[in-house]
Amino acid sequence: MSSLLNWIDERFPLTKVWNEHLAQYYAPKNFNFWYFFGSLALLVLVNQIVTGIWLTMNYKPDADLAFGSIEYIMRDVNWGWLIRYMHSTGASAFFIVVYLHMFRGLIYGSHQKPRELIWIFGMLIYLALMAEAFMGYLLPWGQMSYWGAQVIISLFSAVPVVGDQLALWIRGDFVVSDATLNRFFAFHVIALPLVLVMLVFVHIVALHKVGSNNPDGVEIKKKKDANGIPLDGIPFHPYYTVKDIVGVGVFLILFSLVIFFMPELGGWFLEPDNFSPADPLKTPPHIVPLWYFTPFYAILRAVPDKFLGVMAMFTAIAALFVLPWLDRSGVRSIRYKGPIFKLAVGVFVVSFVMLGFFGTQPPSPTYTAFARIFAVLYFAFFVLMPVYSKIDKTKPVPERVTK
Amino acid sequence: MKKLIPTLLLLLVPLGALASEGAVQLDHVAIDLKDQAALQRGAKYFVNYCMGCHSAQYVRYERLMTDLGLTKREVMDNLMFTGEKIGDKMVIAARPADQEKWFGKQPPDLSLVARNRKQGPDWLYTYLRSFYLDPSRPMGVNNTLFKDVGMPQVLWDLQGFQTAVFKEETNEEGYTHKVFEHFEPPANGMKGKLTPPQYDQVVRDLVTFLTYIGEPVQVERRELGIKVIIFLLLFTVLAYFLKKEYWRDIH
Repeated sequence: MSSLLNWIDERFPLTKVWNEHLAQYYAPKNFNFWYFFGSLALLVLVNQIVTGIWLTMNYKPDADLAFGSIEYIMRDVNWGWLIRYMHSTGASAFFIVVYLHMFRGLIYGSHQKPRELIWIFGMLIYLALMAEAFMGYLLPWGQMSYWGAQVIISLFSAVPVVGDQLALWIRGDFVVSDATLNRFFAFHVIALPLVLVMLVFVHIVALHKVGSNNPDGVEIKKKKDANGIPLDGIPFHPYYTVKDIVGVGVFLILFSLVIFFMPELGGWFLEPDNFSPADPLKTPPHIVPLWYFTPFYAILRAVPDKFLGVMAMFTAIAALFVLPWLDRSGVRSIRYKGPIFKLAVGVFVVSFVMLGFFGTQPPSPTYTAFARIFAVLYFAFFVLMPVYSKIDKTKPVPERVTK
Repeated sequence: MKKLIPTLLLLLVPLGALASEGAVQLDHVAIDLKDQAALQRGAKYFVNYCMGCHSAQYVRYERLMTDLGLTKREVMDNLMFTGEKIGDKMVIAARPADQEKWFGKQPPDLSLVARNRKQGPDWLYTYLRSFYLDPSRPMGVNNTLFKDVGMPQVLWDLQGFQTAVFKEETNEEGYTHKVFEHFEPPANGMKGKLTPPQYDQVVRDLVTFLTYIGEPVQVERRELGIKVIIFLLLFTVLAYFLKKEYWRDIH
């Protein structure tokens, strides 16, 4: 065994990589609940890739056949229903764990120096994930697939001068059609997964370069023992591998509850409208994207002008990218930040969830008015951050991690 | 941090109140997908009453054999009338172009009719019991749930033709409009073969079948799910103790 390992190590740095990234990668020992979601995101990514490969074996990216091929998978392919539900539930699960992962970064200041690039790579992953989900949602070729794509692509036509040409270029046709389905399939099954995997790779490389943050926001590398090992650090493997497996178990229980007992989750994960095949002549009365896009959709609808609405929507996402430079706070973790930051985070979370809710509802004057208020609060969180993060009264940060 | 989460949850309470507004009142139907007798009766009504115009193009006859507990002979003799093979899908002979001419639009495929609406089974149960006489319509009937629907009351020989009683209502702005109040049972000469409770039972069986074909694997899915969850619970407990064992030297 060891001679085989030696043989490999002389040709490929297997032991070195294993040690640097697992067995001798020292992570702070005080990770809490919020630190499960990074590894869970990786698990869901693998789930999506593996189930996706098997779905591709029976799926037909053809406007005449796509809807029927999904039903073929659901009824005639052995275990096809399970693979499909794992994929459809996995899509929503991906966004759940990624949103919680991002929230963790936000409250513990994981975006602050020197981890700005980890945050940027993470945001790029989020962006690629949104594109991946949007294009994947067209593939079942149901009513909501079709009309959702129609609405979202038409947003690009709001761009001045070249807008219509741009939308035409994206669709490959004057309406969403077979050409659109085919190119979305190509992006969904190969282009974007490649981008996603590469971004995840650099996200982790960047993380392991600077080391993990922790709920106290203390830099564990500052206090090392005689061997140069951080006093508050423990090897990722076996400590966090065994811990993450517990998280995986709990996650899989929840994941399986959805897959086996409520795969549509009351229309939140699979919308009823998408069980009708796409009909270009029949617009559904109420077109909505799936829940993970609705906060931004609500911001889009809250702005009376189409182009400005599109701009607001993209700005809402872009604002997250520059978070590391908006945050002027001297401390990382919410534990040692002052009341203003805690209030701001609370307002931000409520705004995000409420916008998400309004995005799923048919527009009404009351809802639009509320959506406007919450959209303003959403942007206020970012715009005012350079000010409130600086003037906020912070508590002293301990030298070592607590507990 | 500990206070933050409950506070956030509390702030989301109004969501529930907002979300419950504007729901359509549907009659609830209790269906049991394990009731093979109901499924078999439902399949019989489906091929006799629905499949004249509607297909179920994603459903194979063969699947009915295994899931409804029928022999190949029973399926061939009772559910297949036009020389199909057992592995064929439940398609119909009517041409879409002809159907469009007759009904104005092609009657939809019913494979997923129980899945493409919220509360699909309840909707179907209510819909099939909501036809009433309306001489102003081309088919002589209308439907309180699906106003001016193109479909005739195909179950008329079972239910007969009931009538609907509306009352005039005036709103705050002084406009009057008709509001459905209740159904009157079929008058003499309009009666069907069944009493209203018997008819409800037929519709229930039919809805059971339609719910089944919407996702034939439902029963199996839930049964497998219980096993998977039990396994995962054991796995998670073991994983927890493994973690505890390793972490003893950290704490």
